[in-house]
This record gives sequence, C-alpha cells and structure tokens, in this order.
Amino acid sequence: MSAETKVMRAAPQTFAGHYSLRGVVASEITKLRTVRSTMWSFGVLIVLAVGLSALASSLTTSHWNQVGFGERVTFDPIRESLIGVFFGQFAIGVLGVLVISAEYTTGTIRASLAAVPKRSRLLIAKIIVFGSATLIVGEIVAFVSFFIGQMLLRSPVPHATLSSPGALRAVTGDGVYLCLLGLIALGLGCIIRHTAAAVSAYVSLLLVLPIIIALLPSTVSNDVSRFLPASIGHTIVSRIQNPHDFSSGVGLVLLAIYAVVALGVAGYLLVHRDA
Amino acid sequence: MIEVQGLTKRYGDKTAVEDLSFSVQPGVVTGFLGPNGSGKSTTMRVIMGLDRPNTGTATINGRSYHDLDWPLREVGALLEARAIHPGRTARAHLWMLAQTNQIARSRVDEVLDIVGLTEVANQAAGKFSLGMGQRLGIAASLLGDPGVLLYDEPVNGLDAEGIRWVRNLLTGLARQGRTLFVSSHLMSEMAQMADDVVVIGRGRLITEAPMSNLLASSQQSYVRVRSPGIDSLGSLLEAKGARTTRESDGSINVSGMNESAIGDLAFEAGIALHELAPNNASLEEVFMELTEESVEYHGAGGGSQ
Repeated sequence: MSAETKVMRAAPQTFAGHYSLRGVVASEITKLRTVRSTMWSFGVLIVLAVGLSALASSLTTSHWNQVGFGERVTFDPIRESLIGVFFGQFAIGVLGVLVISAEYTTGTIRASLAAVPKRSRLLIAKIIVFGSATLIVGEIVAFVSFFIGQMLLRSPVPHATLSSPGALRAVTGDGVYLCLLGLIALGLGCIIRHTAAAVSAYVSLLLVLPIIIALLPSTVSNDVSRFLPASIGHTIVSRIQNPHDFSSGVGLVLLAIYAVVALGVAGYLLVHRDA
Repeated sequence: MIEVQGLTKRYGDKTAVEDLSFSVQPGVVTGFLGPNGSGKSTTMRVIMGLDRPNTGTATINGRSYHDLDWPLREVGALLEARAIHPGRTARAHLWMLAQTNQIARSRVDEVLDIVGLTEVANQAAGKFSLGMGQRLGIAASLLGDPGVLLYDEPVNGLDAEGIRWVRNLLTGLARQGRTLFVSSHLMSEMAQMADDVVVIGRGRLITEAPMSNLLASSQQSYVRVRSPGIDSLGSLLEAKGARTTRESDGSINVSGMNESAIGDLAFEAGIALHELAPNNASLEEVFMELTEESVEYHGAGGGSQ
C-alpha cells in the first residue's frame, strides 16, 4: 500500500488517438465471460433445449402406434426435432434483458458509461457481442436438436435429413430466430431497465399477445397474428404453413425490423436519459 | 482542472442544483461540502457526463466529459460504492473497464496492489465488505493513471486505518499535480485533507475558498490579544472595523481581522503586545454557520422556507 507514489506517474499525460469500438467490444466479451451465471445460462439453455427436442422425438417414436391417422399425415419430423427451441427463446430472452438490466441493478452502468461516454458505442458493442453469442448458441441448439431428434425418430416414424426439402432452411432459420429474439430482449432491457419488468414484457410479447389476438374476430386476428414473433417462429420450423402467415424469409426480415426498432429506441433513450 | 459554469439540474419539478459555478484547481485537494441532499452527488454526476444538465456546462481540462479521447486516462472517479456486479471478480471488473480504454493488463495488477486487494483479486466482489468495495472503486479510478480524480464520500465504510490510508493516498495524488475533487460529510476528515473547499447548500454555491481563509473568516474565529495598552489598542482596532470583546482576565478577543493585521497595527501605534493568539473555528463550526440557512430538511415544524 505504500507503493502509491512509486507506481503513479506524474500527471498530466497525453495519448494519441482515442478509445475505439474495438476496446469496448473486448470489454463486453469480458463482461459476458466473467459472470458465471451467464455462462451457466448459456450451457443450461443448450442442454435443456436439446434435451427437450430429444425427449419429444423419442416419445413420438415410442408412442407412434397410438398416434391417430390425421396426426400421422400432418406429422412434421423437422418441427418435432426443433421443439426445444420453443424453450430456448425464453432463456435467450432473459439473458438478453440481463445483458443491460444487470448493469442498472448493480450500478455497473455508471462505471461503464464513465469508461465509454459515447453511449451508442456501448450499446453497439453489446449488440455485436451478445448478437454473435446468441447466433452461435442458437445455431448450436438448432443443429444439435435436429440431428439428435432425427436420430431418435425411428421408423416407422418419418424422419428427415438436412437435405430434406426445407430442412436446412428450418434449422438455420431457427438459430437466426433465437438470435433476433435475443436482440429484441436486449432492446427491451435497455428501454425498461428493470429486469423483472423487461422479462415480463418479453414473455407477454411471445405468449400473452398471441392469446389476446386469438380472442379477436378471426378476420382481424388472421391479419394481425402473422406479425407476431410467435407466428414467425412457428412458420420457420413448419413444413405446413398457416395460409395467413408470412413465409419464413419474410418473417425473419420482419423480426429483424422489430429488433432494429427496439434497439433504435433503446439507443435513443440510452443517449438521452440520465444514467 | 474542473470547471462548472452556471449549472442547473432539475429532476422533474425538483431543482437539485441551481446556477452553480466553481472551479477545481490541480495540485491540491478540493473538498466538496454540503448538507445531505444539497446537490453534491448530482454535481459530480453531471461532471462525469452521467446526468445531463438543464443549463450550464461542466468541463474537464476545457472539454466536456463526453468529448474526452481517453476518458479513463483523463478522469478517474468513485461515485458510488459497490457499483460492481456481485458475481464478477475484482480482477475481471477492473479488466473489463481497462479494455475499453486500451489500458494494459499489467495495470490491473498494479492498481490491485495499490489498494491492497491483490490477495482477494480472484474472489467474487459480492463477498466484499463495504470497505473492500470502496477500495475496489478507488482501484478502478486509478486504472488510467488520470490527472483528474473525483471521489464521492471515499472514506465511507472504512475503518480508522483505511481512512488514514485514503487521506494519504489522495493528498499524495494531489502533490503529484493532479486535480482532486473530494466530497465528504466527515468535516474532521475534510479539515485534514482539503486545501480548498467548495461549499454548497440547496444546490447553490455558498462559498469557494482556500480552507485557511474559510476558517479565519468565520464569525467564530477570533484572535486573543493581551497588551499593557489594551484600551487604546481596542479602540484603534474598532476604528479599523474589527469587533472586540473584553474578557474577564483583561485580554480582548478580536474578530474580523487576522493576527498579522493586528500585530502590524499595534507596531505602527507603538503599542506593546504580550499575546497574539489566533483561535480558528473548527471546519464543523464554519460549516454549520454557512449552511444553517440552507439545510434541506429542518426538524419538526421547521419546514423549508
């Protein structure tokens, strides 16, 4: 402790250049990596999502002789093997919210903004790091779920390979779907700043909103429901498409637009509100 | 150097800081005093670019915080204790901050050593005591070896040894030519540490002065004078605008004039002096005197004017 004068240089000093996005991105990677709960959440997400897909597939195989004719005709092996992603979207949402709301609840946001006063730069770094992480995790979940699921769907149950029509699109699309939902959650977390409230908003968007819209007259609900993330998610993994819904490509573009809007509002508020 | 100019900050319809101007010079410790709720933390948050002022400016070496090229290498701050993710280790916390400003990894170990946290560097900060959290915050402020440092209540939660350590650290940093701006509600601490003081009350500037001037100018500071010619000296001093009170032992207490002026005056008038003893008010007394009018919340029935 007596070392204070020894290790201190005399002030002031000048340095060339200025802090850049690269350093902020490196910092965000460290933030994500050094909180054990985050790493655990990613791990648990992968295991549970893949596990649920595997469970669904093996149960279908073992109970196939009890499955009715109508169900057998519409049975979709691709969707069956990706069922765990339905769970994954909630875990990804919680993580996305926490990436920023945890900074507010712990007060770390003040330290972060003192280090990075250009606030949009902080948000962009979070988008790059968390977006990449969720894209990787999303694709891992989707591909592993697909392969394990198809392995467990045994004859006479129909099963698929990556070269089956629509299979590759469904699997890669599902990973992108998870990533975009994670970014929407990041935006909500930044806008709302409170973990519980932001998670509630996210869950409402995925679960509650579809129920409310289903209660509307069908002429209205058919037009509206195709805009919902849940409908888009359904289309991406389904062989048989609901005629009212957008195609999975259009759906993903729409979801990307939602993410851009959520993050745009988040960025505006981050810059203009007191920290 | 920190400069605050005409700063006003409102939260909703509550005015936290109003038309506040002062400057903080390098090379000395500047104490920032004011009753609770007087706007000290708000002012520091505005200087750090965390809160946006309604009017006025706050600059560091002539630039607003937002425009600094290397914020952590120019300014270090401890604004709130324990602003740390409880699941992150002390080392990881410092490293993630260092990376934003491209500060070398070795500097993280250096600052851990300076604050004496090397041995617990790999422990989750959630297990830290308030004092250890405070030390970690001080470590973070030193990461970029900055020339300007802001500390909001830095000795909070520290034991006597810790307080002495912070005092030595901060005065040492100031002696190296850095700008030190330190708030504290502990007057005795401030009296030992600060060279200059900025006093605010209800978000307004009350006074900005060197500590010694502040203490000498107090109503409660006086100079005790004994002299064989005490009567003529007394009337002479009063004629020059000082106030005198006669004590039972024949000496007089002079206020409103310092001991050098009194001595010079006595010399010119050819009056011998037997005692000339300055008796400064404590910072605590001066502080109470200055902020009496501006305490935010009075006791029962007081209300705010």
